[in-house]
Amino acid sequence: MRLFGGLLIGAILFFLVLPTLLVIPISLNDSSYIQFPPKGLTLRWYSEFLSDPDWRAATIFSLKIALSTTIASTAIGTMAAIGLVRGNLPGKALLQALSLGPMIVPHVVFGVALYLILSPLGLTGNFAGFLVAHTVLSVPYVIITVSAALERFDPSLELAALNCGASRSRTFFSIVLPNISPAVAAASVFAFLASFDEATVAFFISDTGGKTISRKMFEDIDFNLTPVIASVSTLLVAISLVLMGSIYLLTGRGED
Amino acid sequence: MTATVDNLAPTPTVSASWLFSYSARRYSHALTLVLVAPLMLLLAAGFLYPIGRLISLSVMAPEFTLEYYRRIVTEPLYIDVLLRTLQTGAIVTVASLLLGYPVAFLMARARGKAAMIVVAAVFVPLWTSVLVRSYAWIVLLQRNGVINGLFIETGVVTSPLKLLYTEGAVILAMTHVLMPFMILPICNALRTIPAEYSQAARNLGAGPMGAFLRVTLPLSLPGIFAGCVMCFILAIGFYITPALVGGPGALMMATLIGQQTIVLLDWPFAAALATVLLTTTLIFVLVFRKALSVSKGMNSAN
Repeated sequence: MRLFGGLLIGAILFFLVLPTLLVIPISLNDSSYIQFPPKGLTLRWYSEFLSDPDWRAATIFSLKIALSTTIASTAIGTMAAIGLVRGNLPGKALLQALSLGPMIVPHVVFGVALYLILSPLGLTGNFAGFLVAHTVLSVPYVIITVSAALERFDPSLELAALNCGASRSRTFFSIVLPNISPAVAAASVFAFLASFDEATVAFFISDTGGKTISRKMFEDIDFNLTPVIASVSTLLVAISLVLMGSIYLLTGRGED
Repeated sequence: MTATVDNLAPTPTVSASWLFSYSARRYSHALTLVLVAPLMLLLAAGFLYPIGRLISLSVMAPEFTLEYYRRIVTEPLYIDVLLRTLQTGAIVTVASLLLGYPVAFLMARARGKAAMIVVAAVFVPLWTSVLVRSYAWIVLLQRNGVINGLFIETGVVTSPLKLLYTEGAVILAMTHVLMPFMILPICNALRTIPAEYSQAARNLGAGPMGAFLRVTLPLSLPGIFAGCVMCFILAIGFYITPALVGGPGALMMATLIGQQTIVLLDWPFAAALATVLLTTTLIFVLVFRKALSVSKGMNSAN
């Protein structure tokens, strides 16, 4: 019984992880069609990825958008989280619910909505359009992460600082910010990943002149299935793993 | 180790404990307004306005009309797509629950190295691009792919099977993508149940199965509920995976909306379809809001 349960769970874990890790051997395979297990090893697909102007442009465009989105959504989300947790504005519950809206509304609906607005203006593939879209999608992650940290952090510490004569801004910078900074840093990593990996909205608001790495991947998987995609996939998995690890280090250790 | 689950977890859930909590009201309205103003501006211009325009386009093209909704309701094709979408969402949700519950159980109970392995197994796919995972499933399932290759080499079949571009492929790949969204709320619910409860049941004479079925399982229901709602609403809006691994026979709402927009340029009709999908999603969210908030998802501990 125990053995059977162990095998079952092992199989399910295998099912979860295997497809993701499969892209690594495929990316190293010395053959232009998919073969498993790989016969010869090569880094050819990585050098093809790096030397292809289309892939390079898409990667740089994605990085620019993701970095700008990270800055914008971390700033907007952190401010809003402080306002929502510590303030008591009328209509606060509504704003809180609304700020989670982008997580609930199907991305295809949001993507089409943006496409309908941007397309007539000739603004598909536009940096600003992407920045707004991805900031909307990333900001809930920031609000949730920072709000949770604010709630764990005792407001009476702030009160004490104020009572001791510190100004509101002094209190913020010497008491509040140092306490929530690991959460803010983690939130910015979430925001980066949410933008960099975002595919559905990017599908609708990209165009030939401006497309993200996700959009380029979608096109190639659909029309031009080469092992280069496996090398791109491997890089994306590696980026996710590194960022995940950084979140663990940022927030995991200090509390135990 | 327990901290790991919490700290990596904020992403996938809708629930947020702060919706219901309350802190000392010490920030003035003016200061608060300044703090939330950028968010309000962003949501108004970048979220509410586009969605509002989309909804209005579905009934104003250019004058008020319900023609596009009439088309959805009267043509069997579109009803079929809607029903298939809901059905696929339900199947994927049930599959995720059946496969995800044992993992959630292990994740809630395991300690040390085992815990590390389970957490990694759940979070690695969660944090990997949906495109990477769709690509992986194509590599596995295609005609000359990994699975067919294994089957032929071991003599299970003599000619490759058609696995890709089928409804089964869509369900398999979507279940893979959505399982973490099921596992995390259930794990969270299980971790709030004191281990003494099932111990007490055992001391009172229940077998391990009895203790599980009559104590642990019922107490984890809020997590199951939250996971199911989350999985279902994400599944019915899924675009990338069905578009890549699904065939023409397995058309879903999101793919249909994409086609109407990009290929056929029938914007008012696409807008009407999108409004139907949006409304369906919101109905499920509103009906099950209680479930989503009760479990407090994965964020409460974060």
